[in-house]
Amino acid sequence: MSATVADMHDSHDHHGPVHTGIKRWLFATNHKDIGTLYLVFALVMLFVGGLMALIIRAELFQPGLQFVDPDFFNQMTTMHALIMVFGMIMPAFAGFANWMIPMMIGAPDMALPRLNNWSFWLLPFAATLLVSTLFMPGGAPASGWTLYPPLVLQTGDAFPFAIFAIHLLGISSIMAAINIIVTILNLRTPSMSLLQMPMFVWSWLITAYLLILVMPVLAGGVTMLLMDQFFGTSFFEAAGGGDPVLFQHIFWFFGHPEVYIIILPAFGIISHVIPAFSRKPLFGHNAMVYATACIAFLSCVVWAHHMFTVGMPLAGQMFFMFATMLIAIPTGVKIFNWTATMWQGALTFETPMLFAIAFLFLFTIGGFTGVMMAMVPLDFQYHDSYFIVAHFHYVLVPGALFGAIAGCYFWLPKWTGHMYDERLGKIHFWLTTIFVNLTFFPQHFVGLAGMPRRIPDYAVQFTNFNMMSSIGAFGFGFSQLLLVYVIYKCVKGGAKATAEVWDNPEGLEWTVPSPAPYHTFEVPPVYTPRYGATH
Amino acid sequence: MNRFWMPLLGSLFAAPAAHADWAVNLPVGVTDISAQTFDLHMFAFWICVGIGVVVFGAMIIAMFRFRKSQGVQPATWSHNTVAEIIWTVIPIVILLVLAIPTARALVEIEDTRGTEMSIKITGYQWKWHYEYIGEDVGFFSTLARASNEARRRGSNIDPKTVPNYLLDVDRPLVIPVDTKIRYLITANDVLHSWWMPAFAVKKDAVPGFINEGWFKVNEAGTYRGQCAEICGKDHGFMPVVVEVLSKKDYAAWLAAQKSGKAG
Repeated sequence: MSATVADMHDSHDHHGPVHTGIKRWLFATNHKDIGTLYLVFALVMLFVGGLMALIIRAELFQPGLQFVDPDFFNQMTTMHALIMVFGMIMPAFAGFANWMIPMMIGAPDMALPRLNNWSFWLLPFAATLLVSTLFMPGGAPASGWTLYPPLVLQTGDAFPFAIFAIHLLGISSIMAAINIIVTILNLRTPSMSLLQMPMFVWSWLITAYLLILVMPVLAGGVTMLLMDQFFGTSFFEAAGGGDPVLFQHIFWFFGHPEVYIIILPAFGIISHVIPAFSRKPLFGHNAMVYATACIAFLSCVVWAHHMFTVGMPLAGQMFFMFATMLIAIPTGVKIFNWTATMWQGALTFETPMLFAIAFLFLFTIGGFTGVMMAMVPLDFQYHDSYFIVAHFHYVLVPGALFGAIAGCYFWLPKWTGHMYDERLGKIHFWLTTIFVNLTFFPQHFVGLAGMPRRIPDYAVQFTNFNMMSSIGAFGFGFSQLLLVYVIYKCVKGGAKATAEVWDNPEGLEWTVPSPAPYHTFEVPPVYTPRYGATH
Repeated sequence: MNRFWMPLLGSLFAAPAAHADWAVNLPVGVTDISAQTFDLHMFAFWICVGIGVVVFGAMIIAMFRFRKSQGVQPATWSHNTVAEIIWTVIPIVILLVLAIPTARALVEIEDTRGTEMSIKITGYQWKWHYEYIGEDVGFFSTLARASNEARRRGSNIDPKTVPNYLLDVDRPLVIPVDTKIRYLITANDVLHSWWMPAFAVKKDAVPGFINEGWFKVNEAGTYRGQCAEICGKDHGFMPVVVEVLSKKDYAAWLAAQKSGKAG
């Protein structure tokens, strides 16, 4: 038995994929191949979800209905969010996890390679199923991505298909999370202690636990919707003794940790990019770990701050307000630590660093509006207005998405063996950053001035800022074609990348050649922390 | 802030009624609660600006002073316990400064004692129903006809020519000024949310459940808002309009409603 295993290993070692062509990808078990699949899928979904955003912004360019009917508009807002959250940003970070975690902890691959294949290949089918609901009688769900009953129960034939798609996406996430946890805890090189793990690995470990905690809750919630619709239960139906607000509690018990599931891996990437281009170790590595754990814990006890207007007892409002405000403290620690990392460093501003710095500024703006919204009387004004739309797009786009883009530029040379075109990368950065602000900053203004979210048409006094926002959205959308071109060009060729790629960055992934060989770390490497043994 | 900048910024962030197209801020509103909410909002805003100046300032200084191109040698330190304690404690203090007045305001908002009259608000797809409890007066309030015609796709009516486009109804809610009014709110089909920015009131209408709250308006006038919870295809087309009359005019209006009904 053991001899057979050894023989098989011999035939694989130092070679490329077993299969070629389409089979290489269909039967992929290599973490790098699966990482690539995830990343390509996320990039495709970025454009699918982005196209929906552009339909929304085209309709909102001026008052009156020009292009779409209100019901289709509502389908667009719903699908845009579902696609971007479950189809784009989560798979993107799963792609980074697949590629980078084994290389960062000196593991030969993910611990459960076949499960890994399945978690990826569920995604294209789930996403196709979700998008196909647009073509079913009655159209896609049009209740907003929060799927609140009773409205969501008015969905047409698409309803059970949408629920099933969400189940599939959830199963995929849970399996990916299990795989990541097992890999980190079991396949880490023995010479690397838990606290010595790089921040990206730490962020993902905590994220994976959050996923396992909350994805089943979402699955339960949407299953209860399904039961109410088809099996005569009344979980959310007052006439049968149920409560529509119960669904909101269930949804946001998932939904708020989900916000951190999206942002924590971005925090992890930023914690690698900033030290690399500051040429200085990450400030307060252990504090960063504790802050991340603290954020994850708090994220589980603040969900009802999405629901201050549903009619909650005063004590409930107070608890969720104070708990929410507390999150600002560990988040602040992270922002200050990144700033302290840059302090007295020797900074250069390659594209990944530019995106990381934009992340610091713009995510912080999203944090400010977050604190304002935690204050309940203010939330009564901000809630469900464009102010909240501006807030969560600031944390999701220049927050999570910029984190992903920074990571993409940072590790692209490691993946492809070529340097990307730095000049084009910088142009991409400036276009993206200018347009993202043009898109989302004016939304603060119309929100405060009284424009509700999820409306296809608006009162004429909101016209000017909506026009700006729409122009920004189209600029932002088209700028991302440049990202595709830069990636394509880098895959095809370019200056040879060295093993280190950048100026002596820290981490095991920089000790293997570029492009990273198909199999890395078949023997656990000896990890020696660069900056003493204090952490 | 010196004497020059303060009024300039103030004019930028005050609600400029005359320049509604460029309105960038919350309305001060016409209730004590809305004014208090506005003040809290500005307080939180300026605190955020202050933190922003310090944090962004530090980032910008780092970006200019510690450039490799200027030949600096990177330091190797990665800890500073004193700094870490400072930037943990200061945010706690700032949050307390924000939380205390907020909690106090919240207690006041939730205090529904001593109300002088009650109104029941019911959300429907896609209109509001108002009922004056104990007065046997009630009616639906739907999008005004001019707006409803202009908002159709291909109507070829320029919304700018429609008075109060999408913010006008056939029958507004009529209430007296200077009166503490309790509202009870529910919905008949799906969730809705009754948002009146000028009162700083937003409360969800939940089918099968009744929420309550109150407002006391200080100035007569007509105030406009919208449904704030997605409720289906015409969610954007069920405005909230409240007409606030003097107590005398309100009494006359109410009498007319009753006699109209009797006759």
